[in-house]
Amino acid sequence: MSRPIIEVKGLSKRYLLGAIGATSLRVEFQRLLSRLRGAPAANPNEFWALRDISFDVQAGEVIGIIGRNGAGKSTLLKILSRITEPTSGTAILRGRVASLLEVGTGFHPELSGRENVYLNGAILGMTKREVRRKFDEIVAFSEVERFIDTPVKHYSSGMYVRLAFAVAAHLEPEILIVDEVLAVGDAAFQAKCIGKIQDVSHQKGRTVFFVSHNLAAVSQLTERCLLLQSGRLAYAGPTERALEEYFVSDQSMPSTSFDVSERPREHSMGQTARILRLRFEKKTPQFGPDEPLSFIVRVRSNADLTQLRTSLTVISNEGAPVGSGFSADTARLRNGETVDLRVQLPQPRLAPGHYHCDVSIGTGTPLTGLKEYDVVAKAIQFEVLAARSTSGTISQWQHNWGKTVYSGVTSEPIPPGAG
Amino acid sequence: MSTKVPSSPEVVIQATRGFHLVAWRDIYAYRDLLWLLVWRDFVARYKQTALGPIWHIAQPLVTTVIFTVIFSHVAALSTNDLPPTLFYLCGLLAWNYFSQTFTSTSSALVANANLFGKVYFPRLVVPLAGVFSNFISFLIQFVTFLVFLVLYRLGHPAATCGLGWSALLLPLLLVQLACLSLGVGLWLAALTAKFRDFAVLSGFIIQLWMYVTPVIYPLTQVPSQWRLVAAINPVTVPVECFRVMLLGNGYISFHLFAVSIAATVFALFTGLLIFERVEKTFVDIV
Repeated sequence: MSRPIIEVKGLSKRYLLGAIGATSLRVEFQRLLSRLRGAPAANPNEFWALRDISFDVQAGEVIGIIGRNGAGKSTLLKILSRITEPTSGTAILRGRVASLLEVGTGFHPELSGRENVYLNGAILGMTKREVRRKFDEIVAFSEVERFIDTPVKHYSSGMYVRLAFAVAAHLEPEILIVDEVLAVGDAAFQAKCIGKIQDVSHQKGRTVFFVSHNLAAVSQLTERCLLLQSGRLAYAGPTERALEEYFVSDQSMPSTSFDVSERPREHSMGQTARILRLRFEKKTPQFGPDEPLSFIVRVRSNADLTQLRTSLTVISNEGAPVGSGFSADTARLRNGETVDLRVQLPQPRLAPGHYHCDVSIGTGTPLTGLKEYDVVAKAIQFEVLAARSTSGTISQWQHNWGKTVYSGVTSEPIPPGAG
Repeated sequence: MSTKVPSSPEVVIQATRGFHLVAWRDIYAYRDLLWLLVWRDFVARYKQTALGPIWHIAQPLVTTVIFTVIFSHVAALSTNDLPPTLFYLCGLLAWNYFSQTFTSTSSALVANANLFGKVYFPRLVVPLAGVFSNFISFLIQFVTFLVFLVLYRLGHPAATCGLGWSALLLPLLLVQLACLSLGVGLWLAALTAKFRDFAVLSGFIIQLWMYVTPVIYPLTQVPSQWRLVAAINPVTVPVECFRVMLLGNGYISFHLFAVSIAATVFALFTGLLIFERVEKTFVDIV
């Protein structure tokens, strides 16, 4: 293995809580006075945003950084992109670094798209000649050809972001640092951005540092992740393990258990029988592309029931119902009894993304007529992860392809004359 | 997947101890950005204004008219027998370059805090761009001044004021003014980053500063034993020199010049040191 392209050793960053934000002259003067009098410095409120972080990155790797808000992700990126200095420790970068902590940094609203491409390119570290060479490519990627000579203040926010990302995407650094930029733009454009980042790492062999709260994007893009917890490196390793560690360690993350017993119901639902709790049996609320969706519903009955069934409606993140399913009505519950029912959807065929389910218990089927005892909206939430193709690239699901993945689609030639 | 070990230089990131002088090589690498910022400063300032670059001329002209009325006619301050309009135009030529560069430099860090918080490039590029874009504005004012000088000479064939051979040294004087305004401006930029008090102060400072500089009065009006003290204000000598070079009228001596150069070098050197020190971590405190 060659020398790592990034070598980080014992990196720490301390903020003085009193000193965050400019102090006033008066406060500083008082501080100086008290120091002169020999009093202890009145500022013991230090806060370590990063503490003793060490890791290596090999050339061509795509590294994800995950962690809660305030875990130190942004501080780490700021240090690596030289925006601020560490308090102690070193980081060695062997290659040109470009950081993309926000798209459109330095765009000037009064200047035209063309002028801003040059300006923004230069801010990001490109020379004028480099920008000129890639100009057509940048404009084509951004899809704003017609408006390239219009001041960007007249752009729609989508055009603005597309142009800004296009400039950044055509940087050719050895190390690319990307933070949350995918939070902007519509789904189709996000997909395009992810594609571009993959392209940069796989085809061009560049090193990419990727920070995002979009865990689906992290798991698609990266093979290795650093997990930060309150400024310390809690885990470094394969993305799947890192994500698992993240969910296990982090109680505020999408949980795997949902207590709905106290939730208010509509139309006096939940009297005869009531859903108390729903939970996933796995450690994370995430499912692979071909994985059956399965969870456990705890039901308490206030009557003798002989024909109880469960039903669920899967609803996409945008609020559109994707589909519904009904179990057979075979469960039997005695008055006062509490039972756990395992609900399974063997082939959900869901496109990658976030979903929630409305879950109900009742009796009857759509054919025989339905009677509901209890309905819980948004009872569970989960995520379907994207497939990782064998070639190492990611099969990108396009937003406008819908929410259902059809499997077993065939396409075969018909022999001439057979029809 | 082709991975090649890049030949680019190693960047070592660690806490800087003490003071460091400017990484000029870094700034050279970003020279394209420097010119684009100069161009942006100049172009963007007057987008969607009706008069555009005419503002560069209008502002000093209006000021000159007001000075002529108030200081020359009402207060009857001496202009050393020079026509007041030319006297003030010439003084303002030097002073405006100084004060504009001082202002743009002193606000460079705080005004661009958002940009600096998102992307790295040598911070000094921004104040440097101000030095150059204000130079363009200087050139426009300079031409205006020359037009007025020529018109005056045409109207007064007997007049003696005018450019001497020493005017050829004007570029050197401009370099001094640039260094000076940059140095003092960097001090304020660094202080403003930490204490917002200075954002309020810098406007005030520049206002008062003009009155201790011989812009509206000639240096000869200062009692001779105080002139050396006046030269500690490093802008005094360049402003007076402008009049010597462009109008052939003024008072200058080697001693005054030496004091002024020394003050300039001191301001620039310490300004760069303090700025370089603050820029490393200033995004943490804005």
